[in-house]
Amino acid sequence: MENKTELPIVLEIKKVINETDDTKTFYFDYTLNSKPGQFVMLWLPGVDEVPISVSYDDGSKFALTVFSRGEASNGICELKEGDKIGIRGPYGTMFNYMEGENLVLVGGGYGSAPLRFLAHEAAKKNCKIDFMMAAKTKTKLLFLDELRAMKNVIIHIATSDGSEGVKGHINETLEKVLKEKKINKIMTCGPELLMKAVGEIGDAAGVQTQISIERYMKCGFGVCGQCVIDPLGIRTCVSGPVMNSKVLNMLEEFGKYTRDAQGKKQYFSNQK
Amino acid sequence: MANLKVKYLGAEFKNPTVLASGVTGVTAATWRSVVNSGAGGITTKSIWLNEHKGHKNPTIITTEHWMMNAVGLPDAGLEKAIEEINDYAKTKDALGAPLIASIVGGKAEEFAAIAEKMKDLPIDILEINISCPNVEGEFGLPFACVASDAKMVTQAVKKVSGDKPVIVKLSPNVTSITQIANACAEGGADGFCLINTLGPGLYINLETRMPVLANKVGGISGPAIKPLAVKMVHDVYKATKLPIIGTGGVTTGSDALEMMMAGATLVGVGSAVYYRGIDVFRKISNEMNEWCDKNGVKDLSEIIGTVKM
Repeated sequence: MENKTELPIVLEIKKVINETDDTKTFYFDYTLNSKPGQFVMLWLPGVDEVPISVSYDDGSKFALTVFSRGEASNGICELKEGDKIGIRGPYGTMFNYMEGENLVLVGGGYGSAPLRFLAHEAAKKNCKIDFMMAAKTKTKLLFLDELRAMKNVIIHIATSDGSEGVKGHINETLEKVLKEKKINKIMTCGPELLMKAVGEIGDAAGVQTQISIERYMKCGFGVCGQCVIDPLGIRTCVSGPVMNSKVLNMLEEFGKYTRDAQGKKQYFSNQK
Repeated sequence: MANLKVKYLGAEFKNPTVLASGVTGVTAATWRSVVNSGAGGITTKSIWLNEHKGHKNPTIITTEHWMMNAVGLPDAGLEKAIEEINDYAKTKDALGAPLIASIVGGKAEEFAAIAEKMKDLPIDILEINISCPNVEGEFGLPFACVASDAKMVTQAVKKVSGDKPVIVKLSPNVTSITQIANACAEGGADGFCLINTLGPGLYINLETRMPVLANKVGGISGPAIKPLAVKMVHDVYKATKLPIIGTGGVTTGSDALEMMMAGATLVGVGSAVYYRGIDVFRKISNEMNEWCDKNGVKDLSEIIGTVKM
């Protein structure tokens, strides 16, 4: 039997970058050994612990990008360089691709965070990347300068208010690129309804889509049962967060509802 | 190939491994997936009458020796549970795995109110969880720590549960578990599940000098508590002769066999889902079968209570 331990280690925050008015990236000097798509449980002592996907990992340092949206993430976003925070992980599945493939990455809002890590890793493997980013407005776009400076990365933008790129959804841009280029895989992270639409477009074009699904989690290692998805009862923390389109097509829950901390179904706004 | 089937309070289990309450078990889909991973039966996560919030994270931490949790029994309440139980029932015969409904409440009347509904639902056994150490802040000392309280809750449930067998989940955090078990037996208990988690315990992070669990303290499970669980199962088996689900640190086939020799008919498996994966149920059954074949045991239920003390 393996020796296993799931206890947080406490790390010092080395650098804090303000990405937008509500999103910050925290850097740590620590060898996390994570892969793009994986997440850690981030412990704010005395407050809460939340799953956060890794937004950068070069083997000697890693980063977590945190969007303020609740008690824990708000508290984390108040932390400064030199403050300490607990980390467990990395957990979960990763995005899969092969050397030299043509990839489309579709990020919605703060969902672009794990795709930024993916873009860096895939670029090292000579992949060509069309990075599609959707956000409410241009000030919410993440990592733009950094991604624009990368060779082999082409940026496409859609904003709800049209302040940058296409006005409205990213869907048409995706369909256009899939028609014009030979794309091997689509990888997406963002609001569930956006990812559902991306998956449908990928399916229609016969391109495998890998989706990073978000569910309420407690433990992160397959015991608490909070992140299970109907009707297969699979655990997002173990079988996900990244799942491919074949699995997702069997998940009737996907795009319809999630379960809250009490296990009760919470339907998306366009359902029921 | 030995016969691994066991009968427990009128229900037939294809093998003695049962998902322990509180580990996964939130939805019918999960119950099915656990059965497909080899479990002989399922215990639901504890069901409250009304929605109950659990504790904040962190809620579960582990080392190779122990797991400590203070999840705090989150649940959406009876209405959601009925939906899940009816969903599971559609496939129950095909799966061949009985369903044990774990119920919990802050007062005897709450237990009774749930039990009254449960008597007409497609469940096989009712397990009354009077021993969770993680909600003491909310409800005080668990009923399972006071013989008269344990008896009172058992009676209240038995009065309204019709022909559903009622088992009591016992706490190890008592001076005499046989005294509590005897009181429950007097109250009409048909069997027992033991042990619930030990403690609570405390784990301190050195850098922050703070407990890691948000609830500060948590119930201890996992490999370290197995010897205590085996001893208590044997004590209760001797004292009451009622059928037992032996739970506490069972990770391997040997652990499960030991639990049965001590007196358990079924064996609860919980923390081991972490240590060996969701298919731990199949692994344990296979290991038990191998042992039976090597030792000329044709029918696994022969070994129940055969420890030579």
